[in-house]
Amino acid sequence: MSITVLNPGLLTTVQDMGRVGYQQFGVSVSGVMDPRAASIANILADNPEDEAVLECTMLGPHLRFDQDNCIAITGGDLGPTLDGQPVRGYQAIQVKAGQVLRFTAPKTGCRAYVAFTGGLDIPVVMGSRSTNLRAKIGGLEGRKLNKGDVIGFRAPRANLKNLGLRSIAPEFVPRSEYILRVVLGPQDDAFTKEGLDTFLGQTYTVTPEFDRMGCRLDGPVIQHVESGDIISDGISFGAIQVPAAGKPIIMLCDRQTTGGYTKIATVISADFRLLAQLKAGDKLRFQRVTIQHAQDALLTQRAALRALRSSVGM
Amino acid sequence: MSDVRFLITGDISLTVEFGNEISEAINAKIRAFSIALADSGIPGIVETVPTYRSLMIHYDPGVILYEPLVERLRGLLGNLDRIEIPPSDVLEIPVLYGGEMGPDLEFVAQHSGKTPEEVVKIHTSTEYLIYMLGFTPGFTYLGGMSEEIATPRLKTPRVKIPAGSVGIAGAQTGVYPIDSPGGWQLIGRTPVRMYDPDRETPILPQAGQYIRFYAIDQAEYDRIAAEEAAGTYVCGRHPRKEGGK
Repeated sequence: MSITVLNPGLLTTVQDMGRVGYQQFGVSVSGVMDPRAASIANILADNPEDEAVLECTMLGPHLRFDQDNCIAITGGDLGPTLDGQPVRGYQAIQVKAGQVLRFTAPKTGCRAYVAFTGGLDIPVVMGSRSTNLRAKIGGLEGRKLNKGDVIGFRAPRANLKNLGLRSIAPEFVPRSEYILRVVLGPQDDAFTKEGLDTFLGQTYTVTPEFDRMGCRLDGPVIQHVESGDIISDGISFGAIQVPAAGKPIIMLCDRQTTGGYTKIATVISADFRLLAQLKAGDKLRFQRVTIQHAQDALLTQRAALRALRSSVGM
Repeated sequence: MSDVRFLITGDISLTVEFGNEISEAINAKIRAFSIALADSGIPGIVETVPTYRSLMIHYDPGVILYEPLVERLRGLLGNLDRIEIPPSDVLEIPVLYGGEMGPDLEFVAQHSGKTPEEVVKIHTSTEYLIYMLGFTPGFTYLGGMSEEIATPRLKTPRVKIPAGSVGIAGAQTGVYPIDSPGGWQLIGRTPVRMYDPDRETPILPQAGQYIRFYAIDQAEYDRIAAEEAAGTYVCGRHPRKEGGK
């Protein structure tokens, strides 16, 4: 036995990098909303980057450790404490049997990630440990954590080599207005010039309708040429759907695999880390970039993760 | 193939669009292209998602960037006519029609001015093309149902429809793979598990295959349900004959 859930928080789920290969069968990918934060937590905790972590949303959980291990917390700052003492994020720390990790209150961002050295003892379903809430598979019985749940560790370690080095500056910085870079398409031709100008020129606000499936935005109406409907096609992570009413919805990890609304653009992968940390009331703008720029930014981010792994693993 | 479009769907996927309508001809092109892609050895392909009129390709830009990938995909298009497409499998799906399992069969019959037996006969006389899967794991978007038995959705959707329910919504027909809410007219139920996450092949149907329903009685239903529970049931299938109906 390893962790006991004293208080599950608002929405705490087990997630890894998602269930790849089953979208053709209608199965959502799921996985972490902020892949970069989860990767860093795993690197600091000396795990493979795609190890399953706990994704905590706004109000994080209270967890009692029943066995010594090391953990790392990244993403938004949800006010973590260990036995009442504040814990800094973005560093590996030791936890002892009997200690309690409590997230006290959200300070910055929306989602925090907890990586456990050696990983969690969660069965692999269709190639992944990610929780798919709608299909009720993966993670802990396909659901969010509940009070009293017990999750085992697979290969805990009471200490890590270079524990002191396993630390970087917290990455998420809140802003008064966020810029999300996008590549246009796949249906940018379904919008008028005015519609595209509105989308790229105006400020949008995150509404409370923001879950793991999608993030509904409020702001100026984006004008279609004719219709907001298409014959259903595939939907990617970060796709920005604009139904007939003209208000954008950013599609996220638990999105349906296919859909029948026009998609004006897609948030680039390098900016998923901002997207995942938005919360209701946040303001954002979209900035158009080329596909080359987007892929460059992603590969640069990956190179930085590799550099981090080698710097903490020396 | 001049009408094929490459659509940018972000930096880790793209969509190859073959047309702007729902047709068997377009679906056949998607199948041929999928086969060509699988045989091509193009590196970095992560997964593909066929839909009514396109194939979404997820790829790793750390292995292949957008432009070289599009160039290689264009190269495949030129040879599509020469691709040997093996005949599609037809999945044989047993259905217990009417009664408790199909509470709306009477209504569909009344609506189409037929007897329940005639509705069943029409529903079981077609091979339905699986254009794509989506909505929930294993939910098939089928084409080819006869307009004769087309029936509007329920005015008030049911809160819970049991997995295996076979329904009609407008001119569409399909099977609910998991318990879910829904407004389709339910005409029967299959004991076959379209979706079982613990099975080696979790989802039975695949885009590009066909489904043919056949009527069974309660005893046969119970027998198949027991085999499914034991994990020993093998769903019948046969290669589709050219121009099959």
